[in-house]
Amino acid sequence: MSTPETPAILPFETPVADLESQIRAMKEREDATEWVEQIRALEESREDVLRKLYAELSPADVVKVARHPGRPQTADYINNIFRDFRELHGDRRFGDDPAIITGFGRVGPFKVLVVGHQKGRTTEERIKCHFGCAHPEGYRKAIAKMKLAEKFGLPVVTLIDTPGAYPGMGPEERGQAEAIAVSMKEMSGLQTPIVSVVIGEGGSGGALGIGVADRVDMLEFAWYSVISPEGCAAILWKEANDTTNAQAASALALTAKHNLANGIIDGIVEEPTGGAHRNVAEASERLERHLVDRLREVTRLNPRTLVDRRYDKFRQMGTANPQAS
Amino acid sequence: MAGTPRTWNDADVGTVTRKKPVPEGLWLRCDGCGSILFKRALENNLGVCPDCRHHFRIAAPERIAQLADPDSFVEFDADLTSEDPLSFVDIKPYTERLEGARRKTGTNEAVQCGTAFIKGRKVVMAVMDFRFLGGSMGSVVGEKIARAIEVAAEEDLTLIVVSASGGARMMESGLSLMQMAKTSAALARFDQMGGLYVSVLTDPTTGGVTASFAMLGDVILAEPKALIGFAGPRVIKNTIRQDLPDGFQRSEFLLEHGFVDRVVDRHDLRSEISSLIDYAGK
Repeated sequence: MSTPETPAILPFETPVADLESQIRAMKEREDATEWVEQIRALEESREDVLRKLYAELSPADVVKVARHPGRPQTADYINNIFRDFRELHGDRRFGDDPAIITGFGRVGPFKVLVVGHQKGRTTEERIKCHFGCAHPEGYRKAIAKMKLAEKFGLPVVTLIDTPGAYPGMGPEERGQAEAIAVSMKEMSGLQTPIVSVVIGEGGSGGALGIGVADRVDMLEFAWYSVISPEGCAAILWKEANDTTNAQAASALALTAKHNLANGIIDGIVEEPTGGAHRNVAEASERLERHLVDRLREVTRLNPRTLVDRRYDKFRQMGTANPQAS
Repeated sequence: MAGTPRTWNDADVGTVTRKKPVPEGLWLRCDGCGSILFKRALENNLGVCPDCRHHFRIAAPERIAQLADPDSFVEFDADLTSEDPLSFVDIKPYTERLEGARRKTGTNEAVQCGTAFIKGRKVVMAVMDFRFLGGSMGSVVGEKIARAIEVAAEEDLTLIVVSASGGARMMESGLSLMQMAKTSAALARFDQMGGLYVSVLTDPTTGGVTASFAMLGDVILAEPKALIGFAGPRVIKNTIRQDLPDGFQRSEFLLEHGFVDRVVDRHDLRSEISSLIDYAGK
């Protein structure tokens, strides 16, 4: 599951693409060694342009970055961050959902259980994973393994990356809603630390189904919202097109900054210049450092205190007039 | 809501007259069998078609009047209103939509909560109102449900939630989404302390409401033929590009697949609930 060498160019990235093709052309010249200075200058201006572009991305552009085909996924982070990973399969009820990966792994000094949505990279993988849209058995597998982690005192790390839970006949027959509800209910009382990060898409209940954690953070260009901008536009604007999708993306306050301001997340993990897809190794290093820091924070507390604080954290979310007492 | 008159307002009529217009006022057409029904007779029959047993959607005040002992409902948190935390505007500002919903329903939000008696048994009751922005769950609905759960926990009372909702409210985005976690966490605590929670699913119960408190009942009752699901039928149809079978995502379908305990006619709901309270020893 490697990242494509030349990531797909997003519409707002054309200035970068031009510079990149110039750099490539120079590097391919036979006398490339003569052009080192010029190449370095071009690379610097590329960094500059990228930094500026990514500093003022619109919410709609953030959604595009979060969905970039080269963006690192759970399986990439597992490869790059977690040592001695032992995947655990199956919900012991119906099947094994590849859209949610679970397993034991080591990060820094910690032994943890990793749970994460997986979208898949190749067409075949993506179809198998339903593009990261989990079925009920995915949520049931997740909570079953989390109970295992609780039993053996292992902290849980969840990586959220889904457009939403899968809307299909099978999932409805097998209780998609019940699976998500039970997962949230069980997570709220799980007597072991839980650390979550939205690494790409945080689509609705399908995301929150593995997101009831002691610490919830987002990568800088991830999104997290009650519904996708397209779904929202189709319902409230009566039509999903580029214009209404962009309006919905803004209205939904789905970026990491917005979610932080609204008290939904605890922090933002910065991505490499130009997004995680431009430098998967660096993105992985940053995420690893972040996870180790968060794990240090939460493993200091005893499980009972953790559960009480986790309750209070979600209990306080939302606003009402007069203010909640 | 003691003594609320059992009247059907325009919004209710609007939902049942979409096929062919029936003269406004005294008569309406049954969605189930097409019969022309005398409104007053339908009301006296709890909003159930006497010919085909089709259960019309009913508003929260009617539901409370039907379930609770006369004059026993004491509402709490009726004054909680949304703050429009995101200053949300689609083709209309959220504040306007809220104002319209308030005017239409005469209530502040999509759920009414309070204590009541059912056949002499004291309960906490939360009843959703589909007329109010499709019964959607924003911060206030989540907060009111969470408080209702906490009151039931503090006073060791049975909790009854009657759901009727399209899901989480888009206009409060992430804050609405988090109400799913909030209510599920509150129910986890209530469950741990041995409380009885009866969840009643009515037409329609979908999205984030189904995927949180509605599916977490100790006992789950559903009215006949109610639409109950996670994803809406249209979304599923567009995803799988197939027509959906008759009865898909209806109460009887959920019963068959093991996600509902009993499908109960509206006329029997009161006695069903009081019987469950007795079995649980509450």
